[in-house]
Amino acid sequence: MVNNMATATREAYGKALAQLVKENENVVVLDADLTKSTKTIDAKNACPQRHFNMGIAEGNMMAVAAGLAASGKVVYASSFAMFAAGRAFEQIRNSICYPKLNVKVCATHAGISVGEDGASHQSVEDLAIMRSIPNMKVFQPCDARETQEVIQKIAKIDGPCYVRLGRLGVEDVYDENYTWEYGKGNVLKEGSRVAIVATGLMVQESLKALELLEGIEPTLINISTIKPIDKDLIIETAKKHEVIFTVEEHNVIGGLGSAVSEVLSPLGLPVKHYSIGLEDTFGRSGKPKDLLAYYHLDAQGIAQKIKETIK
Amino acid sequence: MNQLQKHALQVRKNILKQIYCAQSGHPGGSLSGADILTCLYFEEMDISAENVDTTDRDRFVLSKGHASPLLYAVLCEKGFISQEELKGFRQIDSKLQGHPNMNYVSGVDMSTGSLGQGISCAVGMALANKLDNNDHRIYCLLGDGESEEGEVWEACMAASHYKLDNLCLILDYNHLQIDGNIADVIGPEPFQSKFEAFGFHTVEIDGHNFDEIKKAFEEARKVKGQPTVIIAHTIKGKGVSFMENNYAWHGSAPNTEQYEQAMKELDGE
Repeated sequence: MVNNMATATREAYGKALAQLVKENENVVVLDADLTKSTKTIDAKNACPQRHFNMGIAEGNMMAVAAGLAASGKVVYASSFAMFAAGRAFEQIRNSICYPKLNVKVCATHAGISVGEDGASHQSVEDLAIMRSIPNMKVFQPCDARETQEVIQKIAKIDGPCYVRLGRLGVEDVYDENYTWEYGKGNVLKEGSRVAIVATGLMVQESLKALELLEGIEPTLINISTIKPIDKDLIIETAKKHEVIFTVEEHNVIGGLGSAVSEVLSPLGLPVKHYSIGLEDTFGRSGKPKDLLAYYHLDAQGIAQKIKETIK
Repeated sequence: MNQLQKHALQVRKNILKQIYCAQSGHPGGSLSGADILTCLYFEEMDISAENVDTTDRDRFVLSKGHASPLLYAVLCEKGFISQEELKGFRQIDSKLQGHPNMNYVSGVDMSTGSLGQGISCAVGMALANKLDNNDHRIYCLLGDGESEEGEVWEACMAASHYKLDNLCLILDYNHLQIDGNIADVIGPEPFQSKFEAFGFHTVEIDGHNFDEIKKAFEEARKVKGQPTVIIAHTIKGKGVSFMENNYAWHGSAPNTEQYEQAMKELDGE
């Protein structure tokens, strides 16, 4: 049953990881002094002997994770997206992805919905950075249930994964019967002519935007595996629709929009594709909801952009 | 000449052969660590053909990954790489990458090359052994220039915080980096007091004296509750007169004449 309790994906991550660390004794958790924010504190409480605080030293943390993984561990390493994908990029690239080690980088506080902390802490580049590393798989679940599924199931994927998680509470998109499938997009609503392809927090905002788009009746698709992206679904959607809008809480350069256009551009289909996201700009301080409105990434902003574009 | 000296001589020849054939690679910092790694692989670590592909043995991380010819040279002397394969170093069809890749070469325990990261990986491996009650030790060779990377000290902080007495660092203290003397480039010294401040047990030795190297490893094994660093005073390019203490040989290959002279010198001719 879908409820309207707003649970942040980071909170769902904490609970899922606490469960996983109890069930799988091969799982080790690392954090960089943000256990209460990333919610790995739950895993620490569940299994203190396999949770290690590495202090405010994200680069070292990622390479330590690589060493643990080289010894057969499945490592979940967390920090804010800014410092995981940003500061520790090269450790992730050289020590984790190049040797294809079993490290799951679970990065919270992604995007502008971090809120008051402002641009220094709002990563709008991490999907682009992580997507471009060979061997890396990239995920962004949209709600609590999907996060739970992703966190559980990537433990069985051999090799590095990046999971983008949010700080802001998000209403449930799925109920407890939802099963997440690796590499597959999920059609939330079948429409015609216009398709919205969204990821993360933007799935919930796009769902709300549907209510503002009466008469247009768009299709809505949730893409939670950003890499490898569901090519078949993107192509099928492109063939059935005239316009595709990708929606992401990320720079329009390098993220979901780019991934979709990489699939579409060689095909020469008549479909048009527009990217909705941060228009190559940094974020700023403010309440999360105000920021989404400011950058036209709330339901109103998304609906308005779609109406303006297709009129 | 004793057995270790014979192995070390062959290791030095293997280093030069690879770099000469490739006309590319790093001879200076490979030769400076040759005696340390020879002693490590032939006296200290329990690596063998039977256990090489398991974690049920001591493991080694070459944090100064550009000294890959040294690691390959020792693995060849141990029988994990053939003399023929050494000739392919850095070539398009070879598994011997410019910097070591753990998935290509049996016996390479971690992919390294980007300075400062290998030591962190070694910390992770030592932590894993503690979790698994695995009594095997983790060794890590660090460059003196490499210590300028801040991550080295992040890793040291973690190693002492988690009391990783199963971790033994060896600092290849040859005083030279690409741009010159370490003291002139940025000045990472003093080392002993820095490592001590970061919670390490420190041992200072001549990195070309086998007795001192062996004793240092023995001492490190007895230390409980903290990691050990062996500060090994070495000579960059050790064994080849014109390469010794000359930073120009950090990353350049000998021509045919230089190669032949170097091999003669090593043979004592």
